[in-house]
Formats: sequence, structure tokens, C-alpha cells
Amino acid sequence: MLDRNFLLCCGTDRPAAANRRRGYARLSDGMSETAELRKTPLNGVHRASGAKMVDFGGWDMPVQYSGILDEHKAVRTAVGLFDVSHMGEIEIRGPQALDLVQRVSTNNSAKLQSGQAQYSGLLYEHGGFVDDILVHKVADDSYFICVNASNQDKDFEHISAQNRFICTVENAGPKYAQLAIQGPRALATLQNLTRTDLASIRYYWFEDGEVSGDWARIARTGYTGEDGFEIYVAPELAAARWGEILEAGREFGIKPAGLGARNTLRLEAKMALYGHEIDASITPLEADLAWIVKFDKGDFTGKTALEKQKAAGLKRKLVGFEMRGRGIARDGYEVRLDGAPAGWVTSGGPAPALNKNIGLCYLPAGSAQPGVAIEIMIRNQPVEAVTAPTPFYKRAK
Amino acid sequence: MNYPENFRYTKEHEWVSVNGDIGTVGITFHAQSELGDIVYVDMPTPGAAVTAGESFGSVESVKAVSEIYSPVTGEVVEANDTLKDAPEKLNDDPHGEAWLVKIRLSDKSQLDGLMDASEYQSYIGE
Repeated sequence: MLDRNFLLCCGTDRPAAANRRRGYARLSDGMSETAELRKTPLNGVHRASGAKMVDFGGWDMPVQYSGILDEHKAVRTAVGLFDVSHMGEIEIRGPQALDLVQRVSTNNSAKLQSGQAQYSGLLYEHGGFVDDILVHKVADDSYFICVNASNQDKDFEHISAQNRFICTVENAGPKYAQLAIQGPRALATLQNLTRTDLASIRYYWFEDGEVSGDWARIARTGYTGEDGFEIYVAPELAAARWGEILEAGREFGIKPAGLGARNTLRLEAKMALYGHEIDASITPLEADLAWIVKFDKGDFTGKTALEKQKAAGLKRKLVGFEMRGRGIARDGYEVRLDGAPAGWVTSGGPAPALNKNIGLCYLPAGSAQPGVAIEIMIRNQPVEAVTAPTPFYKRAK
Repeated sequence: MNYPENFRYTKEHEWVSVNGDIGTVGITFHAQSELGDIVYVDMPTPGAAVTAGESFGSVESVKAVSEIYSPVTGEVVEANDTLKDAPEKLNDDPHGEAWLVKIRLSDKSQLDGLMDASEYQSYIGE
């Protein structure tokens, strides 16, 4: 019933062009079981606790526990716990590890100190995204890269193919389970389980410490727009950690949360989702991610194409919008400017914390700034909207 | 969950309850449960012609859009406008207060092709 459409809203690694051809579902769509889905170490826990499961890019993942709105609110006001073990990890090790990282990614990883993390892009030679990634510098000769679930094998091939350096590339996904503890009470929750001083870990830094006495990589990162942590643990310990974290957060009102809330949270915070805001046909300059492109760091794959695009001027750019008329914009819907087709919605939906309907879309670069009147085509009817400043939601610091 | 005996059900998870030549149409408890938090409802206005098996509107949850298919053919005589401002009622009372539209049936024999409560419950595996 909901699964097929859910994928359209929450992303797999299909090109945006496929999204633009979206149709509508019957209430009965998506109800059949799909075989051979990949499972995280917490799959049994999710199923036993009654989470609604969905095929997310080939993974059998919880879309919701108590309800998306309830889970969204818990993360904005207290704390939520997510299983994100489907995410991939790629480890690059050796004396020239940094050289390979610099070659394949857009941000300047030479600036990282050990224990620091950074958002970056993996690009094709033509400047489009292979994936968006989080680069963690473990040591001078060791980098740990967190990548999107459905892209991990493609990313691994892409990086390995460019490895002309003295270093090894390991597709390390199966070595780690990943849990995200997110929300204003995330620190207090996790601190109940670790002697690692969490307050001393700054935003976008990480520390190899322990949780419940076992090794854990504890990163102050997230995909919700809230303070919080993402921890990497051994897969066989994931179920124990899941239960302990829920117990440790009980006094704060912790809720287990699914990919549905993860999507509404990231949209309010205007964080890109591969297959929606970014894909092989989109460059970081178009995706409003110029800040992760460091032209002065030396050569990297895709640089020439981006320089060319920058010199020629952008044709289209990502911009946020709010609905003015009644209706909800969804990914793939057409956007009109002065009555003519001008772009498409990449992500859209209700913003539960803001009480309005929001979205992101591509528009001609000249119109991609806040305050432009647009129309979203919803079931063949134009509905008024206006481009808006982003992020839609910013937490109080 | 209680699926009223006097309703008839579609494979697309709509229900219809007939009184005289007027059929009241809604979505089932199972449908709202699968959809999750419903945040938007789009319905036809009175006077609109609807056809059995064809879409007459949509319900949207936080994450998805689903079409609503009419169980019967006829003319819409009333739409439940209270749902426009309170779509969450569809989660709370889908078989009662949160009916969607009332339709003047043009062919009551169409009801024979729909499921009764026990057939529907076995269809959804309850």
C-alpha cells in the first residue's frame, strides 16, 4: 500500500529523471513482499517490535515505529534512535591514503585533523555525483568514509579504480552497524552508557571510545538538523546497544524512529538525499553544495567539468519552497514559472515542526533565490508556492 | 479491528455503506493503518460524476500519495469537508466520522461485486 510510493518520496539511487515520471499508487500498491532484501543486524529487533518495514534501496528497513509525526517530534524535542546500519563504510589505509581521498572527493581533506569529519562529494569526470559522503580522518594513514547504502558497491568500485597510490581500499560495510542518536537529549542519553566525555566531542568530530564497555566510533554527526551522535559498533553488538540506548533514554522520552521521520527531518534541515537532490546528472554547484568543492586543493575527479560549468554559468540550481495553496508537493512534480514548465521537485512533503508544506526543487539559476512565485503541478492543477530561504529548520544553539 | 457487517469493501481498501440509493464511501481501518499519519485529503465536490473503479480523489500521508477509487458509479451529493482541516480524523475514525463522500448510486448491482466484511478481513489477512 505505501511502499512503492514511499520509495519515490524517500529515495533510492534512481536518477532524478525516473522520479520525473512518477505516477500515483493505489491504496493497495506495494503490499506484496519483495524477496532477497538485505537486512541489518537489527532486522529481527525491528520486526519483533512491530515497526512497519519497507524496501529501501534493496534493504528491508523500518519506515516507522509509533508514527512519523510522533517520531519527528521526539527528535526535535527530546531524542530519537535510528538504525542506519544499511549505510556503507569504506576504509582507505596506507601512507598515501590522503592522496587517494583528495583525488576522488571534492572537499579538502588535507585540512582535517585526526578525529575530524567532513561532508564531501564523490564525482564522475563529468561533474555529476557518484555519491555524497562523510570523510572521517582516523589517522594520517587512515580514512573512514561513510557512504549511502545503495551506493556502497558502486562507490567502492569508483574509488578502487582510481587507486594509483600506496594505500588499500576496503569495502567495510559488513564490519559495522551504525546507530544514530539524535535530538536535544541525545548527549544525555548516550552519556548514560559511556565514560567517553561526549561534551568534549565537537560537532563534526569523532572519537574512538566505548559504549557499554565495547569499542565504538562515536561521531557527533547526523542527518536530522539536531545535535546528536552516530555510533559505529560491531554488528553482533548492535541489538544489545539498541536496547541499552532505548533504556538509557527512557527518562528523556526516547523513541525508536524509522526512515520516514529521518526523511522529514533531513528535508526540514535541507540535507541532500541521493537520488533526489543529487545524482549522476547533477553537479554540486547546481545542488547548492559549492561549499564542499575546494578548487584550490589540487586536482580531483570532476574538477575540470565543474570549472567549465562555473565559468559558463549555472543553468539550474536547487532552491527551497513553501506551498501557499492547498496541496503537498512531492518529488518529481513539475514546477512552473510564469505558467511555463521550469523545473521539478526533488523532495517535498509536510514539515511537521514548522506546520507547513515544504520542498526543494530545481529552477533556472536566475530564479533560484527566495521570494519567487512559482506553481507546483499537483494532479494536473497548478498550486501556488513561493521559493524560500533554507534550511527551513535551524535548531537553537 | 471491527469491520462493519453492513459495509461493502474494495480490493483497493475503500468501503461503501448504502442507505436507500445513497452510498457513503470511506477508506478502511487497514488502509489508514498502512498509510500512517494522514495529512491531506483531496475529494470531489458535490455534483461530480464518479465511476466505479476510477479515481475520484487522493489521501496523502506524511510520506505518500494514494489515489482513492470509487467503489460505485454515480453522482457525488456531499463531501465531508471537515476532513480538509482535520485529515487526521481519517486515522482516528475511518469507518465513522471520517467518511469521505456520499454518492447517489446509478447501479446498485455494482455492490454485488464487492467484498463483505469477512471476505475483506480474510483478504487483508486478519
